[in-house]
Amino acid sequence: MSYYAFYVFAFIAIVSSLLVVGQKNPMHSVMLLIASFGALAGLYVLLDAPFTAVTQIIVYAGAIMVLFLFVVMLLNVPREEPTPASVSALLGPTGMRVGVVLSLLLAAEVVWAMSRVGVGVFSQGPGTASVSSVALIGRALFTRHAFAFEATSVLILVAMVGAVVLARREQH
Amino acid sequence: MAQYLPPPEIIAQLGLIFVVFNMLVLSAAFMVWMERKVCAYIQDREGPNRVGFEGVLQPFADVIKLLFKEQLKPKAADTVLFALAPLISTTAAFAAFSVVPFGTETTLFGLLEHPIPLEVTDVNVAVLVIFAITSMGIYGIVLAGWSSNSKYSLLGGLRSSAQMISYELSYGLAMAAVIMMAGSLSLREIVTNQSGYWFHVIPRWYLFLQPLGFFIYLCAGVAETNRAPFDFPEAEQELVAGYHTEYSSMSFAMFFLAEYVNMVTVSAVATSLYLGGWLGPFLPSWLGWVWFLVKVFLILFFYVWMRWTLPRYRYDQLMEFGWKWLLPAAVLNLFATAAVVLWIG
Repeated sequence: MSYYAFYVFAFIAIVSSLLVVGQKNPMHSVMLLIASFGALAGLYVLLDAPFTAVTQIIVYAGAIMVLFLFVVMLLNVPREEPTPASVSALLGPTGMRVGVVLSLLLAAEVVWAMSRVGVGVFSQGPGTASVSSVALIGRALFTRHAFAFEATSVLILVAMVGAVVLARREQH
Repeated sequence: MAQYLPPPEIIAQLGLIFVVFNMLVLSAAFMVWMERKVCAYIQDREGPNRVGFEGVLQPFADVIKLLFKEQLKPKAADTVLFALAPLISTTAAFAAFSVVPFGTETTLFGLLEHPIPLEVTDVNVAVLVIFAITSMGIYGIVLAGWSSNSKYSLLGGLRSSAQMISYELSYGLAMAAVIMMAGSLSLREIVTNQSGYWFHVIPRWYLFLQPLGFFIYLCAGVAETNRAPFDFPEAEQELVAGYHTEYSSMSFAMFFLAEYVNMVTVSAVATSLYLGGWLGPFLPSWLGWVWFLVKVFLILFFYVWMRWTLPRYRYDQLMEFGWKWLLPAAVLNLFATAAVVLWIG
């Protein structure tokens, strides 16, 4: 059952991510990206990490993508003009040539990486299944990664203060 | 014949899903009736009294009327997003209820070998799931406002979504205080932690331990559902009808349904977090869902009562209240709860 669920979620994630770059209307791109994040959350659930899945939805799909949506609406980006398909990639503008080279490199890298996939050994054994994932993450966050946690909160504070300062109206 | 049926657990699970879904739709219909009747009696008149006994069939008459209306779409509206917005709203509203428990484990009168808990699914991060799905409901409103390509809709949609985002913070912080006291994110465990009595009389509800938290949660919940004093974005006198101005027929019905189901979900989560869920005296434990319904009904009545009694907040007053009063109060509540939990535990 989880076998089929994996393929469904993986299909949705891949297809919606590919469709993001192919849309004329940027609002459609944003909604497709949200769909791919939802599929990723489903994959996290299948990997027995419900907390990560829910946090993905809350933070990524629920907060960051709302920001993206507002920015796209504010900028009122017009629909894209379709590029002429008859131009050969080798003779086209520089952007297209570089893009083709980079995508070939990416494809080669993915093929190389997938051919070397093996079974990984995780540091936790099967005995940790009794503790909920939330407790595990909490313990790791406050002991091993405490410094990174505190540094991130200072970073977020700096971002908030910067946003308020930038958006504030000049006071005369 | 029996060997061709799926195993009884699957049938029970499907039955649960069927029951929960239909109860949500019926409760939305019931809310339509209750709202009109309560509004009428508050305004010293009778309300619907023609369609059934005391107008009970009025919501069904409304739905049939909406079904027969013409489905309009503005010419310049974005077709895909225009159709997608009510779907997102309604799906998020229904999906959020799937992790709310409404009863103890039951074997359905001995038909099942193992008892099943009375909820659609038992996740151990249930509170976060509700929070996550509620934040997905914002997209329905934003997309409805934007894709209608109309000034009223856009302003209503932007204001409504900004309001929802702002009050989600206090909503989450109030829930976090309860999670800290219960030590678990699972709604079922939070409810079972509230069993028992102090001095044999007062039930151990978190309402008595967290009165400020309950107040913050209710305020934030009312603002999240765009109801009662916080319904500026859909006030008729201000913005025609806000984000659902250009919708008609079943799309409008879906937004309507989504709003009422959101109210029911907020009330159900409030009873699980603060009012002891399905726990109550005098009834055997397998009838706990009766107490759950009673408590949810009380909070829904309070919602309707508030709407027709209080004047609505102006939009800047609303945002100021959310950011300058409710959020600091929620943070203080969290600190105080943390201090007490550390001191006692």
